[in-house]
Amino acid sequence: MAEDYTKVPRFMGGPAGWISIVFPAVLFVYFMGLLPEVAEVPILRGMDWVPSLGIRLSVLLDGLSMTFALLITGIGTAVTLYSSRYLGDHPHYPRFVCYLLAFMVGMLGLVLSDNLLSIFVFWEVTTISSYLLIGFNADKAVSRRSALQALLVTGAGGLTLLAGIIVLGNVAGTYEVSGIVAQGDLIRNHPMYLAILLMFLAGAFTKSAQVPFHFWLPNAMAAPTPVSAYLHSATMVKAGIFLMARMNPVLGDTPVWFWVLTIFGGVTAVFASVMAIRQTDIKQVLAYTTLMALGTLTMLIGAGTHYAISAAMLFLVVHSLYKAALFLMIGIVDHSTGTRDANTLSGLGRAMPLTAIAAALAALSMAGIPPLVGFVGKEYMYKAGLGLEGGAMYWVIAMTFAASALMFVAGGIVAWKPFTGKMGQTPHKAHEGPWQMLAGPLVLGALSLTFGLLPDLLGEYIVGPAARAVYGPHEDLHLHLWGGFNAALYLSLATFAAGWLLYLCHQKLRGFLARFEASNPVDFDAGWDRLLDGFKAFAAWQTALIQNGSLQRYMAVIFATFIVLVGGTYLFKGAFDGAIGLSAAEVHPVQWTVLALIIVGAILVTWTHSRMTAVAGMGVVGIGVSLIFITFSAPDVAITQLLVEVLVVVLVSLVMLRLPYLPRRSTKTFRAGHAVIAGGVGAVITFLMLSVLGSDFDPRLTEFFEKSSYPDAHGRNIVNVILVDFRALDTFGEITVVTMAAIAAYALLRGIKKSTPDEKET
Amino acid sequence: MELLLAVTIGILVATSVYMMLDRNVLRFLFGLVLLSNAVNLVIFAAGRLTVGAPPLIADGAYAPDGPIANALPQALVLTAIVIGFGLLAFALALVYRTYMSLGTVNSDEMRIAEPEEAKK
Repeated sequence: MAEDYTKVPRFMGGPAGWISIVFPAVLFVYFMGLLPEVAEVPILRGMDWVPSLGIRLSVLLDGLSMTFALLITGIGTAVTLYSSRYLGDHPHYPRFVCYLLAFMVGMLGLVLSDNLLSIFVFWEVTTISSYLLIGFNADKAVSRRSALQALLVTGAGGLTLLAGIIVLGNVAGTYEVSGIVAQGDLIRNHPMYLAILLMFLAGAFTKSAQVPFHFWLPNAMAAPTPVSAYLHSATMVKAGIFLMARMNPVLGDTPVWFWVLTIFGGVTAVFASVMAIRQTDIKQVLAYTTLMALGTLTMLIGAGTHYAISAAMLFLVVHSLYKAALFLMIGIVDHSTGTRDANTLSGLGRAMPLTAIAAALAALSMAGIPPLVGFVGKEYMYKAGLGLEGGAMYWVIAMTFAASALMFVAGGIVAWKPFTGKMGQTPHKAHEGPWQMLAGPLVLGALSLTFGLLPDLLGEYIVGPAARAVYGPHEDLHLHLWGGFNAALYLSLATFAAGWLLYLCHQKLRGFLARFEASNPVDFDAGWDRLLDGFKAFAAWQTALIQNGSLQRYMAVIFATFIVLVGGTYLFKGAFDGAIGLSAAEVHPVQWTVLALIIVGAILVTWTHSRMTAVAGMGVVGIGVSLIFITFSAPDVAITQLLVEVLVVVLVSLVMLRLPYLPRRSTKTFRAGHAVIAGGVGAVITFLMLSVLGSDFDPRLTEFFEKSSYPDAHGRNIVNVILVDFRALDTFGEITVVTMAAIAAYALLRGIKKSTPDEKET
Repeated sequence: MELLLAVTIGILVATSVYMMLDRNVLRFLFGLVLLSNAVNLVIFAAGRLTVGAPPLIADGAYAPDGPIANALPQALVLTAIVIGFGLLAFALALVYRTYMSLGTVNSDEMRIAEPEEAKK
């Protein structure tokens, strides 16, 4: 790793480091204490959070969430301890710790929540903290791009998931997982089942990086190595797996579920294993093996038998143990030698014996070699496959076989080749890592061995309860290291043989894959860039169309929108019905005259190209309006209108003396498009008025003012009382507005003499 | 009468919108004046029309006897008229100032904030 920053010396990362190590460690011990209790009966507690929306803050601690909680806190402790040395002297280490702890809390909340909406909230917390952690080296363009890509892909999936949650919540009538699980049959037979399923899977597949949404995960390796070990291998990317496991009792056990999960999972597993062999950067190898694990887990959950679910839960633990150890190990190698290139690294075993031991334990588990727990896990997967029927059996076994054989190869690339043979030339001289960084991988490796030798320990307390939580009640699970001579064992042996052969020729294979990749037109990562470019081009096109900088265009768009929205709503809602009762009968001749005056004035303003005629037209309209006010019993309003109208005419005339004539062209050219828009707005307003006037009038507010005007405010002119008493603050605001307008106008006109070129005004 | 008034308001709005779609800001301003008149009429008419009964309380009475015109929209319109006047006065000063500084009243030629992009 290139250390291109100014180091800040901190012992074990300083206070931030201490807090970050102690926090998960304490939680880990706490969850361990609950383990025997949860293995018997799940714990369910909660309280109302937003009762009006049915959101509860509730905790469900069953075998599944316990498994995840232990992984999050246990591996979390190893990773924070590791980071305190790996990044402890980085200037932004405290910031890193904040992100990491935020993630930890979000992930714990996600697995412990019993409410789907709070699951979603925590889901997004992990998305955002993952974004911040991938982009931790924000001065590098690659980091920023990868971070944004991860955020957009998983964020889009998250929003789809939210839609799915809301639909499911409506169907089930509750957002509590414990309540929804009880209604599995109802939901599976509901017409919305398919939509719910697809929306949930969109969330799960993006988060857990299934093909075709896988491309963000290898890019996420731009994050510091502890982050890759923790988020993008052991915990966060398994949130999608968690969701599918959680929802298995509700959405599972249907043909769609079975085939979608097994096919996408299987394809992801095999595709990722092949791609893993292709990589030369060991961290990328590990990233693709993580994809393989996620694919396998998806496939097993899809298969859905008790064996398959147990195998999935077992593999979940197995994978987290060995993969976190391997990532941390490669971080040590990188830290020590300055490279992660599989072609350069070799013979490190002598210089870094402890790292080599940790790597060996983890890689043996990944390759599935006894007596490591990885072997137990692989046996179980084969048993799960053998337990299926027909085509499904062949599919699951074939996918498992291919992926496992390739994992064997990947294990060799990651942990055999770098440590054996002749010492390679590396940028720095290899040396053993510090204890803080070795502790995690060694303990995890030791656990892989322990659980391999004592698989029932794992089965009874963790995998068994987890499988019960996902599958439902079932007889106890017994895990064996040695299950006798059976089909699974023979498959395992065949896997080793195939893996060994592939390892021997893996460098040739890599060359072949590189050539194939170069000629392959389907590139998801480049496709992503094209998608983003397309979005940007669309935005640019749309901006140029609507916001071209012309005031005319803006006004036209605004008015057209008004017509479509208001007019359209009225059309669809049938709100014109009330207008039918109105008629033009009983109109006094004076009223006819006043209305005609207004219309003539308005048309005059529009028609004329003389400024003075326009001003006169405006005056006519204003006076006509004030005549309407006086006709319909509003003397105060009429007087004000008249005064203001006079002021307007005076003011406009004054300014007119200084401004140019109205250009003839713009006056005489009839603008048909604008006329249509103008006519449309006018028509909408007319119909709006008609439907308002045709509907019933609610006089309560008016009656209140009429009743309380004199007794409460001692005024006989109700309009005045409203203005100065009931709505006095409004009037005060009005005065303020007029004053502000006057001050602003003064400010505008003040310096005008100095800055103007004169003689322009004709 | 309501029918005719609604039609009149519609025509008033149509002419003002047509004016506001002009690129000459002076005509835009005229449109604004017409529009504020139209809107005042809308608010006023929405409170229903009553002939010959202003919202006043007779001497000695505590409340109006018999139906009177709706006082609330009248109060609202009064406020609106004054605010509309403030808006017009300010906009007029703005147009004047703009013309003095830029030498044009054509909104398409006012491009200091949003310069015309180079033609591709």
